[in-house]
Amino acid sequence: MNATGAARTVFVNGISFWAPQLPGWDVAAAVLRGVAQVPTVAQRRPSPELLPPAERRRAPDTVAVAAEVAMRACVAAAVDPAGLASVFSSVHGDLAITDYMCETLARTPLLVSPTRFHNSVHNAAAGYWCIATGCHAPYVMVSAFGHSFATGLLEAFAQIASDGAPVLYVAYDIEACGPLATMGPSRSLLGVGLVLAPESSARTVAQLTWSVRPGDGSAATRPRAARPGYPDDNAMSHCLPLFETLAGAGGPVTLTLGPRSLLELAVQTAQTDVRP
Amino acid sequence: MAVGARSVAGSPAPPSRCLGRIPPLAITAYTVCSALGAGRAANFQALRMRRSGLRPNDFTGVPLATWIGRVDGLETKPLPEPFAAWDCRNNRLAWLALQQDGFSDAVAGARARYGPDRVAVFVGTSTSSIGASEEAYRQLTPEGLYPEALRRPIIHTVHSLGEFVQHALGLTGVCATTATACSSSAKAFAQAERMIRCGVADAAVVGGVDSLCASVLFGFNSLELISAEPCRPFDIARHGISVGEAGGFALLERDGPGPWLLGYGESSDAHHMSSPHPEGLGARLALGDALARSGLTAADIGYINLHGTASARNDEVEARLIAELFPATTRASSTKGWTGHALGAAGIVEAVISLLAIDGGLAPGTLNTTELDPACGPQIRIDNEALSLRFALSQSFGFGGSNCVLALGTERVA
Repeated sequence: MNATGAARTVFVNGISFWAPQLPGWDVAAAVLRGVAQVPTVAQRRPSPELLPPAERRRAPDTVAVAAEVAMRACVAAAVDPAGLASVFSSVHGDLAITDYMCETLARTPLLVSPTRFHNSVHNAAAGYWCIATGCHAPYVMVSAFGHSFATGLLEAFAQIASDGAPVLYVAYDIEACGPLATMGPSRSLLGVGLVLAPESSARTVAQLTWSVRPGDGSAATRPRAARPGYPDDNAMSHCLPLFETLAGAGGPVTLTLGPRSLLELAVQTAQTDVRP
Repeated sequence: MAVGARSVAGSPAPPSRCLGRIPPLAITAYTVCSALGAGRAANFQALRMRRSGLRPNDFTGVPLATWIGRVDGLETKPLPEPFAAWDCRNNRLAWLALQQDGFSDAVAGARARYGPDRVAVFVGTSTSSIGASEEAYRQLTPEGLYPEALRRPIIHTVHSLGEFVQHALGLTGVCATTATACSSSAKAFAQAERMIRCGVADAAVVGGVDSLCASVLFGFNSLELISAEPCRPFDIARHGISVGEAGGFALLERDGPGPWLLGYGESSDAHHMSSPHPEGLGARLALGDALARSGLTAADIGYINLHGTASARNDEVEARLIAELFPATTRASSTKGWTGHALGAAGIVEAVISLLAIDGGLAPGTLNTTELDPACGPQIRIDNEALSLRFALSQSFGFGGSNCVLALGTERVA
């Protein structure tokens, strides 16, 4: 039997969210649900308590936003990050460092900063996360252009289906700058985190049933209409339909895994009306 | 055979977080392109003849005294017209590799058998086509914009590689570009195995490509990790790495004549961004899991292709680990003296070299090295050795403390 259609279930035991005007899941959820306006106050970037103060200041934006949502998701799920395998996803990685590297290499290649170079690897945020939490469980860092969010989510699902253990999923992108911004437009910062598990817990906030099927982007769930301050101009904003659904009454969500492949989700939240 | 890792008498078994063995996957096609040449035969011949692919750096505009592994001819081989949107050095190298050893034909066969949506693509890279972005920054218009010919967003982002490979092979299913630095293309095997086991795919193209670019050459230079001479892995007088470019691919299916992907182990060092854990803790965990998942013991392993970058720290830590955990009968070496360090492609290059070693009955030694570091045990060899091999490991460790070890073999483990 072709197994594509076989649906599987995982539990969302922790959620986190960070955008400059939506700096946390509680404030974001009301906006994503459509019952509150976007607050006008904006933070530039998160200040993750996980990192020591000096590192908190020095950390690239990718590391700051990823560490913030990773930790918040673990706190929400009441799990110890040290034992948790993780999946990280980003469309472009650290756009600011890529701009710095390309600009410096074009002018004075012998003056490249060693710190910026080792922070230029796509997995820098994941590496810092494991160092800060003392986590020896594996992580993976994936990218799939405009399909990065669903592709990383599917990787997390596959790990749960294969190994039967919870997985932390973190997805983020930052603001593009310099000439590169004309090729990879991305505004502001956006980070999301999920602790996904094969079993429910006292912290479970939703249940996801997933399957993969062929199909094009016309079937994909659209995010809510743009509003001022809504984080829909970040490269990772294609994650929003799932978080809008998680914040609300649940329901079906279809995300693209590629131009001709779809990840179908049935989302059940505490507010889901399950009556026939 | 018991599940889990056992070690040689008197030494501790590597710890394992793994829950059990995996069903092996058949490797039904595989290929590689490196500084040694295009295709398996050219690479095997160079290994056998101990001919290095390294040459003095002739790649960077600003001089940098180092040796590099460069693939000839990429400058004059643009992608065929239908793929022009993806044209860049990294994707040219990917294309060159796809054309070797009947690899594209083998994938076409899998596509026909399973359907284009059922053959996944998992490819690893460290810098993907960032060389194209570097080129654009060198040629900005007076308005500070990219030159017309390089205004193609896909080649300025990491998924350039995965999207091109999927498109070039006519596939439509799951496709991810993995970027965990130097473990990237080894981890692609693990991702593919999980996706096949949970039924999302019936087959997978795995592998990776990294091409020469200023970012890595001047970046490793800034960390003082780059050698002015051809790299000498595990040599007492080693002076750092030689960067190489390479690409390679393997096709994984549930069944076939073999060879086999028997297992894999992954871990995080949780220690430092660009320096290995001093006791090799992450490497040890990955090794333990690779053995546990495959049902093999250390004593079963005939050959280990080591990460062996020729950096002072990596080689010392890795040498001690091998000396501690494996019997004297296991052969181990680094082949980076031949190919250079292919970074995100190192995993696939060295998995293919391990398969060539098994297939050709040759345990490669370590090129350019004259006196081994005293940390090396009897396993690590300078000379090549003709040897019948059944099971091999390939180790890849990356910046950000990401480790992956693959277990490969001629046969399935009972």
